[in-house]
Amino acid sequence: MAYTEEELKKELESQEYQYGFTTDIDSETFPVGLNEDIVKAISKKKNEPEWMTQWRLEAYSSWKDMEEPNWHNVKYKKPDFQAISYFSAPKTNKYKSLDEVDPELIKTFNKLGISIEEQKKLAGVAVDIVMDSVSVATTFRETLAEKGIIFCSISEAIKDYPELVKKYIGKVIPRKDNYYAALNSAVFSDGSFCYIPKGVKCPMELSTYFRINQAGTGQFERTLVIADEGSYVSYLEGCTAPSRDENQLHAAVVELIAMDNAEIKYSTVQNWYPGNKQGKGGVYNFVTKRGLCNTNSKISWTQVETGSAVTWKYPSCILRGDNSIGEFYSIAVTNNYQQADTGTKMIHIGKNTKSTIISKGISAGKSQNSYRGLVQIGKRASNARNFSQCDSLLMGNNCGAHTFPYIEAKNKSAQIEHEATTSKIGEDQIFYCNQRGIDTEKAIALIVNGFSKEVLNKLPMEFAVEAQKLLEISLEGSVG
Amino acid sequence: MLKIENLHVSIDDKEILKGLSLDVKPGEIHAIMGPNGSGKSTLSSVIAGSEDYEVVKGNIFYNDENIEDLSAEERANKGIFMSFQYPVEIPGITVTNFIKTAINSNLKARGEKEMPAGDMLKKIREKSKLLEIDSKFLSRSLNEGFSGGEKKRNEIFQMAMLEPSLAILDETDSGLDIDALKIVANGVNKLKNDDNAIIIITHYQRLLDYILPDFVHVLQDGKITKSGDKSLALELEEKGYDWI
Repeated sequence: MAYTEEELKKELESQEYQYGFTTDIDSETFPVGLNEDIVKAISKKKNEPEWMTQWRLEAYSSWKDMEEPNWHNVKYKKPDFQAISYFSAPKTNKYKSLDEVDPELIKTFNKLGISIEEQKKLAGVAVDIVMDSVSVATTFRETLAEKGIIFCSISEAIKDYPELVKKYIGKVIPRKDNYYAALNSAVFSDGSFCYIPKGVKCPMELSTYFRINQAGTGQFERTLVIADEGSYVSYLEGCTAPSRDENQLHAAVVELIAMDNAEIKYSTVQNWYPGNKQGKGGVYNFVTKRGLCNTNSKISWTQVETGSAVTWKYPSCILRGDNSIGEFYSIAVTNNYQQADTGTKMIHIGKNTKSTIISKGISAGKSQNSYRGLVQIGKRASNARNFSQCDSLLMGNNCGAHTFPYIEAKNKSAQIEHEATTSKIGEDQIFYCNQRGIDTEKAIALIVNGFSKEVLNKLPMEFAVEAQKLLEISLEGSVG
Repeated sequence: MLKIENLHVSIDDKEILKGLSLDVKPGEIHAIMGPNGSGKSTLSSVIAGSEDYEVVKGNIFYNDENIEDLSAEERANKGIFMSFQYPVEIPGITVTNFIKTAINSNLKARGEKEMPAGDMLKKIREKSKLLEIDSKFLSRSLNEGFSGGEKKRNEIFQMAMLEPSLAILDETDSGLDIDALKIVANGVNKLKNDDNAIIIITHYQRLLDYILPDFVHVLQDGKITKSGDKSLALELEEKGYDWI
């Protein structure tokens, strides 16, 4: 792997969350609270067409009558939705060149190690950086445009490609789907839009960095990826957030649509602020992610979840088309007082549909880590197959690992396999490594990487490196 | 190289070693034999730096340095190696990756540069040939699903790679059939030179048919009760430990 141990050492030395800084940018923030006027104001601020404003208002009216779910295995203080500001954007957005970008912003990117200059040079990665809800820099768009690929912010897409957005937004995840999805639909600030035309194989990994930057500002990202017939795209999403004392809410919605014979690979490294060692602060991460697979298509979700105080997230696949394939590869790490309730839903509707679920949960400190998954085989889904594997690794005696697998099969030809293991990092394993000259931190990293290998292998190279680092940093000091 | 003086060691307030002394010089092979429960494995773990045990009294000097306060990895960095009686499994980490990490950790601790990948590969090939190890074996997860013989051979492979100055072989012969025993013994003999030392901990003398010790010590009830040369091992085999 490309990172050096020196780098890791340095990062380990800074025990607090390393990205815990804020950028002092002149932002425009709405008054706190949520009502119809705020929804209208968001839409107006973004110069949205009337249909979009209406779409938002309908979502808001549904949300008003909904209740926050409480079936998950996490405990937290419910956010006060009237105490949140629903829009914040750097005042000047859109630059022709980097010179025009606020130097403060550039500094932030540099601290994050994702300087745009570097990113630009990094052939193969186009970056649409979302900073405080509004895109401020987009690269590689021209290269992509040559192939007819659209990769832009969702706000731009609403203006420039209204037909596409109108046709697909909310189709995989209806506005009323759940409490947070409804909220997101009403107030989403920005996000990414991606369209791959028929038969086009996207020549580079599409990458977006998200970042929460405004104190007390909720972040409501909206992502829509459409892979038209026979196309392919690999999409990377990575997050870091500055340190905050009050909890921050993150309720994103990601919709994927794979048309016939198309393939979408969606990879996430999530590293929001997890709160401090006493469990104070940290991001609430309530995300709805779902993909729709048409005939012979494939959607693959890969996620490395190391951050957030509370995570509630189930990237799912609706296998509507015959012979379609859904995959879910996940590593979820919880340390200190973090809580994660994450997993997937594989909904088999078409014939000969296949799904694979590999979930690796790592719990340390006083954290709670739950896998929750549903495998549903519909009546018409003959010869559907699923393989699920849920492994948990425990560190210490005060953490918890839980598995909630749900299986509903309505077709007798279905083949469903479920395997689960729970293991603990043993002192004997650590001593063995120590005896070979490997120190304890490195030994834990080695054991954890071995445990997570099947999932790490699914990540694109540049993410795999970052993910390994994150695993090591997240578990720092968890065995003493 | 290794000098142990009047060592008393306890675990959970139970005294296991009760005044053990031992002097090992470079180029020597020492065999420590004893019945079950005599403290053989305790001795190897204590030298390796296991924190499960408490040194109540006495000293361990390694190259004239008192190593009592050194951690297990610091001792390893200084060239102490232990072949485990029961090597642990680390799923998902290949033998190659593990040994690479170990070698580089040791080099780093000694303030040296990491070994270039090419050199590493060459060394792995050379040492696996020495121990008749199949290259497929090297890409398997560490000790996962290994037979008893494979685990022990892997231990000696790691010893060959790390080139320690002091190697402690804890019951390396247990679980080995005669062919595997010969391969392992042959490997150890080839690794032996005038600058390093080996301590063989064993219950039976059969490994000593293949690795000839300079000294044989009998460990009983936490103390060395008798020392001699190879003939002592044969005598023990014949007469049993009660004879002493």
